Amino acid sequence: MSDRPILRFESVVRDFSSGGGWFGERRVLRAVNAVDLKVPAGRVTGVVGESGCGKSTLARLALGLIRPSAGRVLFEGEDLAAQSRGRMRRLRARMQMVFQDPYSSIDPRWAVGDAIAEPFQVQGIRMSRAERAARIADLLAMVGLDPSQAASLPHHLSGGQKQRVGIARALALEPSLVVLDEPTASLDVSIQAQIIALLEGLKARLDLTYLFISHDLGLVRYFCDRIVVMYLGSVVEILPSPDAEIRHPYTRALMDSAFVPDPTRRQRLTRATGEISSAFDLPPGCAYAPRCPHAVQRCRIERPRLDPSTHPVACHLPLDRAGARS
Amino acid sequence: MALLEVEGLTIGIGRFTPVEGVDLAVDRGEVLGLVGESGSGKSLTAMALMGLLPLIRGEVRSGSIVFDGVDLTDRPPDLHRRLRGRRIALVTQNPMTSLDPIRTVGAQIDEVSRLHRGLDARSARARSLALMDEMRIPRASAVHGQYPHQLSGGMKQRIVIAMALAGDPDLVVADEPTTALDVTVQAQIVRLMVDLVRDRGLALVLITHDMGVVAQACDRVVVLYAGRIAETGPVETIFAAPHHPYTRALIGCIPTEGQRRGTLIGIPGQVPSLVDYPDHCRFAPRCAAASATCTSAAPALDAIGASRVACFHPLGRDA
Repeated sequence: MSDRPILRFESVVRDFSSGGGWFGERRVLRAVNAVDLKVPAGRVTGVVGESGCGKSTLARLALGLIRPSAGRVLFEGEDLAAQSRGRMRRLRARMQMVFQDPYSSIDPRWAVGDAIAEPFQVQGIRMSRAERAARIADLLAMVGLDPSQAASLPHHLSGGQKQRVGIARALALEPSLVVLDEPTASLDVSIQAQIIALLEGLKARLDLTYLFISHDLGLVRYFCDRIVVMYLGSVVEILPSPDAEIRHPYTRALMDSAFVPDPTRRQRLTRATGEISSAFDLPPGCAYAPRCPHAVQRCRIERPRLDPSTHPVACHLPLDRAGARS
Repeated sequence: MALLEVEGLTIGIGRFTPVEGVDLAVDRGEVLGLVGESGSGKSLTAMALMGLLPLIRGEVRSGSIVFDGVDLTDRPPDLHRRLRGRRIALVTQNPMTSLDPIRTVGAQIDEVSRLHRGLDARSARARSLALMDEMRIPRASAVHGQYPHQLSGGMKQRIVIAMALAGDPDLVVADEPTTALDVTVQAQIVRLMVDLVRDRGLALVLITHDMGVVAQACDRVVVLYAGRIAETGPVETIFAAPHHPYTRALIGCIPTEGQRRGTLIGIPGQVPSLVDYPDHCRFAPRCAAASATCTSAAPALDAIGASRVACFHPLGRDA
């Protein structure tokens, strides 16, 4: 295991614009705002945040599915935006994605085996019928499905089985990087735990690098080596290990919001009514300041930058400093 | 007698019996958690409580639903309709199923007060604003005039809860009220609902698949598996000493702080479909402790300490 980054974000900005039609005023939404990030090979990097924090945009940028408005995304040192289509297709074979709802991108009339073998077709990999069937059977077995299910149609599968198909499909081309975009968010907890266990096993066996996108900090802390916390398009904290002391008030709030499965530890949840502001009208200072219990005048004026420490945080009053002072 | 007492509730849809022999009781000032995976019958149970089964061609085949001393199952449907909204209110998972997209949210809360409490427009509005305040909706008078699409998911769910409260109900049935919301907002809404139960003396049936929510919000728990009760008891007992292997496995599905990687296993297999419910213990095919008995008969719901458990080999019986 090395710290060599397989994927790097360099000051990546991604804007989306809305309106600008006949009547509407054109508005720009900054979904990802000046993100610098390294995803080390062989590790699980978690990206956590709530809706609108930019985590799914980050996932799509990571795979070159969308281009940055500014900055660069480098996969194994190569700028994704600078590749020819053919080169990009070859690179894509090494980076794959598992979606929350795998069948949002698979034809529902296709049998499971065809869905799993589609990546071979896309990549122009020729194989005999027997080879193809053997590959499909291997992949199904790898994700804990019975090879006989190659002929099943997706509506015969449960949610957990469909996600296993989604994983098999992502692994078909033996990628080195797999982006997992909320792969268990729509599953029952019992099935979620099964899928996480499966992903853990596959990572060890196939030497994969994961970028795991989730809104569930508890799950991320269990599953990931490093944790990137995002809020309204910006990285606010990077936890170097899952049990690192929390430095950003937003990470603290996320932590305190998780429902601990222990009735003897009832949380006194904050009565804060605050919700995420709109990414259209970002406040000039820290994006979290309107909800932050510690915010001072400076937070509302000056945008904090991620400090260059081993445990980076973007906060004028990080919790460890505040704690040291009082 | 508790405000709501359900005994032996059996729900039929066509030739299927998705819910069988469910008992539950909840009193004022109390939160009852109804927990299970998808396909456990928890939402159908909620629909039965609301008298909404006819909408999906379902019916109560046997058992009783006694609300405030009156058995709703042997009364004409219009009695249930009169209770619904006024004395029994429902909060659903997706607030958009309860909100009309082309009317202001304020008008929709007002309507409940006018319909169920006979208030005039002016006092209905004043009451709506007070309820929105109680829901900690900032700038209530401005929000009152807004349409659902102008509000965030969390704000919409607060509006739906305010609507549910506008009839001044005694019982609220909340079906996964926070599942679709952001993490920090989920925590706020659950806290808010628990406060309402304490402050207003409401009875709350909280339906969820998340044992974390159960631990944080409920007083008592009914664990459903494939349409039957697996285990029921006080929340402390359920977590400290789960007797049913399913309950224990369900709790174990949530990673705890500091849990070592590779130790999360989940529950193998999946909930059986109601078309092929086995005659024996329905959890047996997924149960690590299953014996020959478990695959030949269905266990009865027996008392162990403060809990009741349907299992031939309950955990920690002697402990």
